[in-house]
Amino acid sequence: MTDERSAPAGAVLVVGGGISGLTAALEAAEVGKDVFLIEKNPYLGGRVAQLNQYFPKLCPPSCGLEINFQRIRNNRRVRVHTMTEVKSVSGGPGNYQVTLESKPRFVNNNCTACGACADACTDEIDNAFNFGMNKSKAAYKPHDMAFPMKYVIAKDACGDASKQAIKDACKYDAVDFDMQAKEFTLDVSAIVWATGWTPYDATKLENLKVNSSAAIISNMQMERLASPNGPTGGKILRPGDNKEPESFAFVQCAGSRDENHLEYCSYICCMATMKQITYIRSQYPDAKITVFYIDLRTPGKYEKFREKVMADANVTFVKGKVADIIAEADGGVTLVAENAVTGDKVSAKVDLAVLATGMEPNAKGQAAALGLATDGNGFILGDEGMSSCGCAKKAADVVTCTQSSTASAMKAIQASRRSV
Amino acid sequence: MDKKYGAYICTGCGIGEALDIEGLTGAASENGMAPKSHEALCSAAGREMIQADIDNDGVNTVVVCACSPRVMKNEFNFGDDKITIRANLREGVAWSLETVTEARGEDVVKEYAQEKAQDYVRMACVQAKKTELPVPFQLETLNKKILVMGGGIAGLTAAKAAADAGSEVTIIEAADKLGGKALGWRKQFPTKAPWTNLEEPTIAEMIAAVEADANITVKTSTEVARIGGAPGAYKVTLKPTGTKTEWDAPAKVGVDEQDAISKGKMEDPNTGLQKYTAVDPAAEDFGAVVLATGWNPADVSEYEHLGYGKLDNVVTNAQFEKLAKEGKVPANVAFIQSPGAEENDNDFPYCNSVTSMVALKQACYVREDNAEGKAYILYQHMRTPGNMEMFYKGAQNNDGIFLTKATVTGVEAEGGGLAVHMKDTLLNEDITLNVDMVVLAAGMIPTTKNKPTINLAYRQGPAFLDLDIFDGYADSHFICFPYETRRTGVYACGGVRKAMNMEETIDDATGAALKAIQCVESADRGVAVHPRSGDGSYPEFFFQRCTQCKRCTEECPFGALDDDEKGTPLPNPTRCRRCGTCMGACPERIIGFKNYNVDMIGSMVKAIEVPDDDEDKLRFMVFACENDAYPALDMAAMRKLPQNALIRVIPVRCLGSMNMVWIKDALSSGMDGVLLLGCKFGDDYQCHFVKGSEIADKRMANIGETLGSLGLEPERCAARQVAINEYDKIGDIINEFVEEVIELGPNPFKGF
Repeated sequence: MTDERSAPAGAVLVVGGGISGLTAALEAAEVGKDVFLIEKNPYLGGRVAQLNQYFPKLCPPSCGLEINFQRIRNNRRVRVHTMTEVKSVSGGPGNYQVTLESKPRFVNNNCTACGACADACTDEIDNAFNFGMNKSKAAYKPHDMAFPMKYVIAKDACGDASKQAIKDACKYDAVDFDMQAKEFTLDVSAIVWATGWTPYDATKLENLKVNSSAAIISNMQMERLASPNGPTGGKILRPGDNKEPESFAFVQCAGSRDENHLEYCSYICCMATMKQITYIRSQYPDAKITVFYIDLRTPGKYEKFREKVMADANVTFVKGKVADIIAEADGGVTLVAENAVTGDKVSAKVDLAVLATGMEPNAKGQAAALGLATDGNGFILGDEGMSSCGCAKKAADVVTCTQSSTASAMKAIQASRRSV
Repeated sequence: MDKKYGAYICTGCGIGEALDIEGLTGAASENGMAPKSHEALCSAAGREMIQADIDNDGVNTVVVCACSPRVMKNEFNFGDDKITIRANLREGVAWSLETVTEARGEDVVKEYAQEKAQDYVRMACVQAKKTELPVPFQLETLNKKILVMGGGIAGLTAAKAAADAGSEVTIIEAADKLGGKALGWRKQFPTKAPWTNLEEPTIAEMIAAVEADANITVKTSTEVARIGGAPGAYKVTLKPTGTKTEWDAPAKVGVDEQDAISKGKMEDPNTGLQKYTAVDPAAEDFGAVVLATGWNPADVSEYEHLGYGKLDNVVTNAQFEKLAKEGKVPANVAFIQSPGAEENDNDFPYCNSVTSMVALKQACYVREDNAEGKAYILYQHMRTPGNMEMFYKGAQNNDGIFLTKATVTGVEAEGGGLAVHMKDTLLNEDITLNVDMVVLAAGMIPTTKNKPTINLAYRQGPAFLDLDIFDGYADSHFICFPYETRRTGVYACGGVRKAMNMEETIDDATGAALKAIQCVESADRGVAVHPRSGDGSYPEFFFQRCTQCKRCTEECPFGALDDDEKGTPLPNPTRCRRCGTCMGACPERIIGFKNYNVDMIGSMVKAIEVPDDDEDKLRFMVFACENDAYPALDMAAMRKLPQNALIRVIPVRCLGSMNMVWIKDALSSGMDGVLLLGCKFGDDYQCHFVKGSEIADKRMANIGETLGSLGLEPERCAARQVAINEYDKIGDIINEFVEEVIELGPNPFKGF
């Protein structure tokens, strides 16, 4: 791991350490390929690390991540670089030169994850892992299951006194404030792009006025609220005033299936909402829930799950797109929509509104600079030496992502075979 | 190997503050090891200290008393020829100290923690003595060829992908030519941006590429009679489609059925067939299998109100595609997506999101063939996920394609055509449509639903097990690991595992081909595949003491064990996932791994010091699944949550590997209770070995009786389910159990 050796001949570079990148890297390595796995965050696991449960099994994603992290620990062919991004790619199939940059962690490999630095640190930062819904120390472990299990320091957020206290607290000489960004080059035969996605920026959905009320959150924020290691210890509370909500609304297709925003369907949001209804129901047996949708895309094996959720008498499904959200004086919000079947204008006043925001590929905006072809929506197209997988390729659920990631491992092996 | 031990105690990360290192040293010395301590064992200096002993003194078995075995794995890896054993003093003790209370003062908390830590040191020393380096299992002859079953899009893709990666491949197809369902398509779904246009079928090119590939052998009109053997050494009997042979795969005959057959109470279903263990001399050798046998169109005649089978011109989507391929389709066609009328808004079963796309495609045919054509798509929910949304959008812009949500209440013959009655439409009124033809969006039934299909000659029968959970699809239950099934070496893809479109099928099949190659390469290296990928250990059997009880062969979740006439197990190590369920099952305790066996864990249990006259110091054994429960304990410790000081935890590969003798070991050495912590089981099981925690739970029910007969309360032993993220609850689960047993009082056999 984080081995600085030069690339062995025929090695594969996997860009992105979420579930898709992890899968592509491990599947290739377990066939016998040497793999470099890079991740821009200080930890592996990506989006799924932020999820409370997977649908439809309602099992914790950390369970699969644990197995994948064990696979990495047991496989010396996978070399991991966190806080690292691709700066440029040159060469071609079978023979790429990739320039990468690692940002300074300000904590070196001596770190034992004992936590003394965080105890000593007096400065706080917004907790990005929890979408800013709480603060963390500026010397922090990104989350409980973080891999690698090392602390990170947001140096710029630390005052001089805090820095000194952090340095003094570490008994293992692991804190290094002089650490610099580092550029390095790898020669690889194939590249897998597994750069994942970001929730669509809800401020662009002007009619939903996400900034007008703390009672409007995204579905990813809901995941953090429901997670035992989230900002509220797993209790679903309204941000701002910590009210226990008595009523909820879900706004489906918040950005998706909309030519002005994301023209595609983001695949997961219907099931994510069904799943989040089960979170709510387990904490608030009597809460009223309204779901505004266009179509319920819960096909195949997900249909049983939908049936179970829809059997709940306190959940109302309205076919209709939300036109407006109005902040109310009591801290709640009113959602306005037209029921597409009856033609009636309907409104629902709730304590908490959840926007089922779509997926925006992370490569959008960066792909051109790296010379990557995309489909116009920012999803990466593959070629002979490079392939994309997971949500870098298309909006998809976790199962589909791991399938396409395994396929990408195969394509990388084929490409590196052609090169020798 | 001749073992030379070196024991090391880390005093960093709070261990030195929480614990008396001299006491820990003493515990190691009891076992003949003189430990060295270091303030940061994982640091370069700490590791150099260990390495120096390896280099200078020939130490080859290293006992590291420091942090959890889940962390610092690479730091404490001193090479493949060295053994490292870990004692978890950091998360297990120093970071999970009990809270100081009035009842339990600081001194007592410290004393209890010290006792726990010393036990962990003792247990690690004993574990080191009982651990041997695994020697990977090597097949006598290994074959790397890949068998692809099914010559449709999935099979063709898998075959070509494997061949392009350098494998030799045989692809078989039951029909007389390659191509599968795609041969009957007039057009195919869009596969690239802008995703709006139907494409000319590419199946002919796919077939040509496979047929031209020198690494691929094509066998049409061919089926699998049986697959015997194991990954790396499958013995496959092929036969002409539709024929019966003596080498057809035998049906499963369990212990009870065998009994009934021998008593003449039941007919042998396998009369005329070769025994499942017999080896066909004409069989072909393969290393791994890709199952791509696809699907069959569903029968939709049960939906009487839709008139299928009664009314002319009510057809399925499959029939309509055939019409469209062969000629012109009618001008006015209604496509019904949901059969439930007012009862429910589900699509037809076995549709997934494919049939919404099919309806859109076929609506385009209506428009292509008829200048004034009108296609009506009547849906409850249009399922066009991801990029397929753009195709849907394109169809919405087509003047002759009408789409509405609708509850279709009936189809009737009317004036030479058909009348479709519907409610709850987007036009806000009940409507009757008059059309020439009605197309029902019939689903795609996987070939594994009604037939074993894979035709394994295995002790546990020819089919995948428990496919009911997946409605008959040869699917996996693992969201993170969708290729993992209960039959190592067989990887399903395409329509046999889920109704999927062509684009997804191609990815799926490419991935399945990779998994097949990976399995063969792992077999070649003698190591396990998922989830213990790379594990070089495997279960070994001491057959002289086998009583042919068949528990191991029955319980193995992966069907790794066949048996001979007498019932003696015939292991197939390349089918094995190394969970140890066989070891847990064996009442004679004759199954074990070099580095994980009944004696090793039993000895660790016995290494625990049990005070025999102190009612405050009861002792509880906790066996925790290393994949979920143990990480949950670690995470609780990282959050500095207190852990009961009376427990001693041993991680196990899977609760399925729990041999009940360990419970007897614990109780007979005076411990007061035993708790098993495993994964959730049931339909939404989280066990990485599918059945382990469920099996352990069943075994616990039986041990309750045994305990009762010994005069011990059955409540002294319990199994609990815990998920990896329940670190906030795991402490309470343990405390609750401990409190219950404390109520019962100490183990009456203490001190004997």
